[in-house]
Amino acid sequence: MNADPTPEHALPDAAAAPTVGSSMPGGSGSSETASTGFDLSTALGGARADDEERARAEVVFEADRLSVFYGDFQAVRDVSMQIHAKEITAFIGPSGCGKTTLLRSFNRMNDLIASARVEGGLRYHGEDVYGEGVSPVIVRRKIGMVFQKPNPFPKSIYDNVAYGPRVLKWKKSDLDDVVEESLTRAALWDEVKDRLDQSALGMSGGQQQRLCIARAIATKPDVLLMDEPCSALDPIATLRIEDLMRELKDEYSIVIVTHNMQQAARVSDYTAFLTVDIDDESGQRTGELVEMDRTDRIFTNASDPRTEAYVSGRFG
Amino acid sequence: MSITSSTASLPQRDSIRGAPPAGERAFSIAFSAVLGLGIFVALGGLAAILIWAVSAGLPRLDWGLFTNAPSTARIETAGFRTAIFGSLYVIAGVIVLIIPIGLGTALYLEEFSDRTSRFARLVDLNIQNLAGVPAIVFGILGLAFIVRGPVGIGFVAAAGSLTLALLVLPTIIVSSREAIRGVPRSLKEGALALGATPWKAVWTQVVPYAAPGVLTGAILSVARAFGEAAPLLLVGAVTFVTFNPRFWSDGYSVLPVMIYQYATRPQASFRLLAFAGVLVMLVLVLFMNSFAIWLRNRYERPLQ
Repeated sequence: MNADPTPEHALPDAAAAPTVGSSMPGGSGSSETASTGFDLSTALGGARADDEERARAEVVFEADRLSVFYGDFQAVRDVSMQIHAKEITAFIGPSGCGKTTLLRSFNRMNDLIASARVEGGLRYHGEDVYGEGVSPVIVRRKIGMVFQKPNPFPKSIYDNVAYGPRVLKWKKSDLDDVVEESLTRAALWDEVKDRLDQSALGMSGGQQQRLCIARAIATKPDVLLMDEPCSALDPIATLRIEDLMRELKDEYSIVIVTHNMQQAARVSDYTAFLTVDIDDESGQRTGELVEMDRTDRIFTNASDPRTEAYVSGRFG
Repeated sequence: MSITSSTASLPQRDSIRGAPPAGERAFSIAFSAVLGLGIFVALGGLAAILIWAVSAGLPRLDWGLFTNAPSTARIETAGFRTAIFGSLYVIAGVIVLIIPIGLGTALYLEEFSDRTSRFARLVDLNIQNLAGVPAIVFGILGLAFIVRGPVGIGFVAAAGSLTLALLVLPTIIVSSREAIRGVPRSLKEGALALGATPWKAVWTQVVPYAAPGVLTGAILSVARAFGEAAPLLLVGAVTFVTFNPRFWSDGYSVLPVMIYQYATRPQASFRLLAFAGVLVMLVLVLFMNSFAIWLRNRYERPLQ
């Protein structure tokens, strides 16, 4: 039950993808697209991006009609976007719109689900993340991740931070420095420096999440993916994490999924708004990118009426 | 109108005083009674066996029981030494075999196989079925394939180990799988997100977390193997061995077989010896389990 024998109906019009699928061919449930001869600029043009501005920074991720499937179910359809270095990019959208699925496809965490499958292109600094000969293990060493629920290992604070460096077989003599530096970067050092050998599970939720961030940056990845990192935290802990993200921005490219629009507005430079398209016949809920733009524009002057409706609280 | 009148007819309606309805209370009481009965039967049965064995075997309990070899001529000083050695050899072999194989199989099935694949489901089904196969069948299997046949190591303690290992493997696999399933997914994900290989993530996060559960399964399996007599009769656990056996050569005997042998003799003094043998087994099982539980508690998430 692994191979999915859906016939390939080529969607003729690339521009039709971002404008929601009332015109989608229903029934067969397959809206797979052959991505041959696709021009990326066409899709990005639809997102009203200012080319000059978009060109100012190095592109970290480039998704090219990226779709994610779980078995026969399509969770994300034809997402095309660029994510730039040393920016905070936020994914917002209603529940079930595939934000998390999209995020987890960036560091191949979806590989853990046997039925998960990706179509379309995803390039990381120009290299195909899902290309042949690419190991998800190596991908994840470059692209760190922080999860929704803080998940410290049932070990000491020190061992949590040292886990990544130990996996990479860094020199033992450097570990103390790495741990201190990472915890300092995560604004946690002063709170825990006297109890590094104590269990990480004895910390508060906010501290645990900062520990998870320290753990993720200990191996100096290039990108930090954050999946609703504050949803389990109180407002003060949330603000601390947000401060931390702003500080980390000068070294890391950060992609954050959030349910909290204020959070996206507060911390992110760019925002992608995704929505969910419910198939009339099958009832399948598939996520789609509506638009991606500078955060201030998304929140004050969105080009798509659905974005405006969502950010002003009229829908979702 | 109707509302007021119905409230009036039920004046206690607004009060939170009073007990739940009689039917619910009766159910609670009955439920507690069933639970109590269950505990009574379980503990009562165990207590009965203990009291019976201790009272019957106590007159014969002394160090000689542990240090003297079996004998039919000198009943008064006959002991279980060679059978104790035999049992310990067999059990040591079982432990060495089942922990890596059982844990390895469970890890493969839970963490590395595609659970929907035909192969994984076939293995799954077979393990469930093997757990229900009578012990004597494993004895015949051991005789045909381990003592003779392809392995052909003869009637030695190692053959007993292999046979009993096959017998209890399904148990430890099933309990290890349960333990592994109880490990939060977030731990493995966290390790993978830090760039650990799947093997490293499982070894550093899943295995330590599941270790207490795996050890519990091992304790149960080993206790069962320790008490088995039937399959060992077929793979060479002969009745009277008056010398200490070795693992790879010589005949051997084990405690349950020895006890059976003494118990079936007509003389009363042999029966007394059999009861004392039960006590010897109880003491050894108690020792082994205490050690295993101590080991498990050391592992039991010391940092929580």
